[in-house]
Amino acid sequence: MDADDVQRAVWRMAHEIVERNHGLGDVVLVGLQTGGVPLARRLAGALQRIEDVEVPVGTLDVAFYRDDIGLRPVLPEAVTDIPFDLTGLIVVLVDDVLFTGRTIRAALDALTDYGRARAVQLAVMVDRGHRELPIRPDFVGKNLPTRRDEVVDVGADSVELGEMVK
Amino acid sequence: MSHLLSVADLGAQGIEEILRLTDSFVEVSERAIPKVPALRGKTVVSLFYEDSTRTRLSFETAAKRLGADTMTFSVGTSSVKKGESVRDTVQTIEAMGVDAIVVRHASAGVPWQIARWASSVIVNAGDGWHEHPTQALLDCYTIRRRLGSLQGRRIAIVGDIKHSRVARSDVLAFTMLGAEVVLVAPPTLLPPSLEGWPVTVEHDLDETLSKVDVVYLLRMQLERQREALLPSLREYTARYGLTPRRAEHLGADAIVMHPGPMNRGVEIAAEVADLPNAVMVDQVRNGVAVRMAVLFLLLGSGTQLEGVDRG
Repeated sequence: MDADDVQRAVWRMAHEIVERNHGLGDVVLVGLQTGGVPLARRLAGALQRIEDVEVPVGTLDVAFYRDDIGLRPVLPEAVTDIPFDLTGLIVVLVDDVLFTGRTIRAALDALTDYGRARAVQLAVMVDRGHRELPIRPDFVGKNLPTRRDEVVDVGADSVELGEMVK
Repeated sequence: MSHLLSVADLGAQGIEEILRLTDSFVEVSERAIPKVPALRGKTVVSLFYEDSTRTRLSFETAAKRLGADTMTFSVGTSSVKKGESVRDTVQTIEAMGVDAIVVRHASAGVPWQIARWASSVIVNAGDGWHEHPTQALLDCYTIRRRLGSLQGRRIAIVGDIKHSRVARSDVLAFTMLGAEVVLVAPPTLLPPSLEGWPVTVEHDLDETLSKVDVVYLLRMQLERQREALLPSLREYTARYGLTPRRAEHLGADAIVMHPGPMNRGVEIAAEVADLPNAVMVDQVRNGVAVRMAVLFLLLGSGTQLEGVDRG
């Protein structure tokens, strides 16, 4: 995907978010550290232009909620910043790539510590498959079938598929 | 498996790594439910051969906020009174299945000795006059939160340096992060030799105060009075106590620190302890987050800190 493709995907996802929720009342975005944060900000920008509503954006690091603590190195990438109570809100969780689903599982656990959201929806730029948990996205930029050993790199202006460096 | 025995083992890079991680745990501690499941299923034991309610509570709070289970081994009411050796005590505790032992002991070096015997992670919570690494880490964190950085800062440590493990660990940590340390104390309360200490010594607190960014007051150990190291407490207060009049010499941004418990009216005047630039409450609050970072790094992160003693 080039810059135009990425921008088109962001616009489409933003429109889908508005449509699904019949507007943006009570909708907030929470980007996962680190790849989901810039995407959440871009979605917020698109939502503002579509509906003229400023949607609050939070950021979430799931390191302390992972199920592989002790199995591999786990450290937070950045400090979580959710300056609002999620109780009663519709949270759109945003990440760059959806893979096994374990990060999203951890994120759902983490979100419950910030309040009881009315609903949680999931927006990802790329769904690359290989799910290990029953998790599916609500808004997808691109479905990109991959091999397990491939890597997906989502940048501000591109989505690239590469070989894993061994 | 690694231990935290001395700040010297961490190096500047290790300290920076812990301080960076502490930011995340401060955020956790500020939540309505200040708890994460990072160390679920782990058990942390406090093995305190010397009384220290605040350090023990701080470690236990940290462990609980990480989802770990905690146990306390209070020596005063234990079989140590019946003559059990440290080694047997440690073996007994380990047989119950623990992951980390937080040790406080009145003799220098005991945590190192226990680390040789034990298979658990050992954290030094203060050994004799020697070291108190997590206190130094929380002090570094507190200074950084207030002043941005320790690089180039001037820090005065005032009081009973000789008997202070806090002073030793602080001098190491502050200077590793680029601060300049001035010790202010009567000669009888300085160590017999300061060779190899990266510090300067002053005896006049009034002169020093206007030139420092941080004044760190140590607890006057009232039990030391019996050793006749001071003519009297009143004279100590007159020359080295931070009185309201003296505190006026401090710069507008300078902060006042104390490891607690404070002797109000001895090393610090009651009014000074309550000034907005006195950060003792921040130190206690940050202490929990720093200890969460230490326990997470040693028990949960799966990463090896650069320079951490691998025991």
